[in-house]
Amino acid sequence: MAGPSLQTPVRPASLRVEGLSAWYGRRQALRNINLEIVPGQITAVIGPSGCGKSTLVRCLNRLHEVVPGARVEGRVLLNGEDIYAPGVDPVVVRRRVGMVFQRPNPFPTMSVFENVAIGPRLNGLARGAELEELVVRSLKLAALWDEVKDKLHLPGTALSGGQQQRLCIARALAVNPEVLLLDEPTTALDPISTLKIEDLLRQLKTEYTIVIVTHNMQQAARVSDFTAFMLAGDDLVGELVEFGPTRQLFTNPRDPRTEAYITGRFG
Amino acid sequence: MTSHRYVPTGNYRRRKATSLIAQGVMVLAAGLSVGALFAVLGFVFVQGISGLDLNLLTQTPKPPGEAGGGMANAIVGTFIVVVLACVLSLPVGVGAGIYLAEYGRTGLLAQLIRFMSDVLTGVPSVVVGLFAYTVLVLPLGHFSALAGGFALGVIMLPTVTRATEEMLRQVPDSIREAALALGFEQWKVTLRVVLPTAFNGVLTGILLAVARAAGETAPLLFTAFGNPFWNLDPTQPMAALPLQIFVYAISPYDDWHRQAWAGAFLLVALVLAVSVVARILGRRTPARF
Repeated sequence: MAGPSLQTPVRPASLRVEGLSAWYGRRQALRNINLEIVPGQITAVIGPSGCGKSTLVRCLNRLHEVVPGARVEGRVLLNGEDIYAPGVDPVVVRRRVGMVFQRPNPFPTMSVFENVAIGPRLNGLARGAELEELVVRSLKLAALWDEVKDKLHLPGTALSGGQQQRLCIARALAVNPEVLLLDEPTTALDPISTLKIEDLLRQLKTEYTIVIVTHNMQQAARVSDFTAFMLAGDDLVGELVEFGPTRQLFTNPRDPRTEAYITGRFG
Repeated sequence: MTSHRYVPTGNYRRRKATSLIAQGVMVLAAGLSVGALFAVLGFVFVQGISGLDLNLLTQTPKPPGEAGGGMANAIVGTFIVVVLACVLSLPVGVGAGIYLAEYGRTGLLAQLIRFMSDVLTGVPSVVVGLFAYTVLVLPLGHFSALAGGFALGVIMLPTVTRATEEMLRQVPDSIREAALALGFEQWKVTLRVVLPTAFNGVLTGILLAVARAAGETAPLLFTAFGNPFWNLDPTQPMAALPLQIFVYAISPYDDWHRQAWAGAFLLVALVLAVSVVARILGRRTPARF
């Protein structure tokens, strides 16, 4: 089990990446990433395909190591505590750092209600009337309640793509995480659904520290307060090129590679 | 002479003819395989329906040569032996399938289990019966339904194992990752998310195994043995439909032949009914609210 302080939520939480490198088997995917994610703000991670954006966020909730042969070096400090320290249970880390994936992935055999309820139920957070209340609250937080309040018993997969993705956000919020990671959450969605999710993220950021991976630079410019630009070099290992306030990174980039990327000269 | 690109050449006609012949052969093969199934079902139906009456379902066999009597004890016996087989094989088979799909995956132990499981599928059922005879009937000193259930359980085991594994592997990894990201322990991911997702498929696999086991005769010959009388004690010899059909079919009595056909019809109908019921049950999503 983790130390006691890893159990107590701090809102909004801080996240600090120190000298992080990651491998898939023999192939290195990330080299020496250093990043300070600001509490209560939205941080976007941008960069061309294969630059390690997804790998980076999967290191932040210890999901990277689930892939056979994958490993990580370096530290990730959640409110000052290293989530990779010996003895830290990845299960505890994942309860505090929620995640939404590229393709909406509601549990196919579960209803809308069950999809949200299963997290708090299996993690022992709530039951009975309290659980029902928590599910309703999570669906409202995810701006989905009005659309599904009469469809709670339908399979989660019966909803539209955009609704499914917000259902996945509700599911992640129901276990009460401090950090929310979103790995290209709108890639599979239409523009209207995309805007709904971006609005939602702005509303959530006071309570949750949010990291969103996107290959859409306009999206990063629209929703994020800070932006990290990543790039894979000739050896195909992803590195952090530049990190800063979104406005500064897009209007006055320090690194010529950042400028080349955001002005559309490659990528 | 100008060349006409769209006029079929000899080569084109030849390919077209080959294609037609090949298609014809395949349609014929498909028709034959389905036809064989319907022929068997139809034959069993026509022959069996005349012998089917209330006595068959409610009475025990009469002494040889005496008219009347039924297979009630064999019907109940088949049910008991199959339930015993399930009790013995499902925990092991489903457990092994879960191990192969979720934990062992490509590991050495998993590959060994997979190989042994496939070998076991190919072992003739009469050999499995002999095995059960050696390890249960001989030490206990008498035939028993338990030994029959054990033999059928061994026959079901590899089917259940591989079916469970195949169905779990069809659950996309994105579902596992979603569950892990909620902070579930690995065993909760497996039992509460992945297994329910694959439930329909696993159930279908189990029922295929049950259907095959319920019709097996050879492994019951020297385990459950058969019994002309009522018996509900699993430690004693017990009647079963395939055994009863076998004994009646090789007997010299017309009335018993008639009953053997009726029994065969009953067996086929039971297996079919079980599959249909299971599919209806399996289609229901386990949603609550």
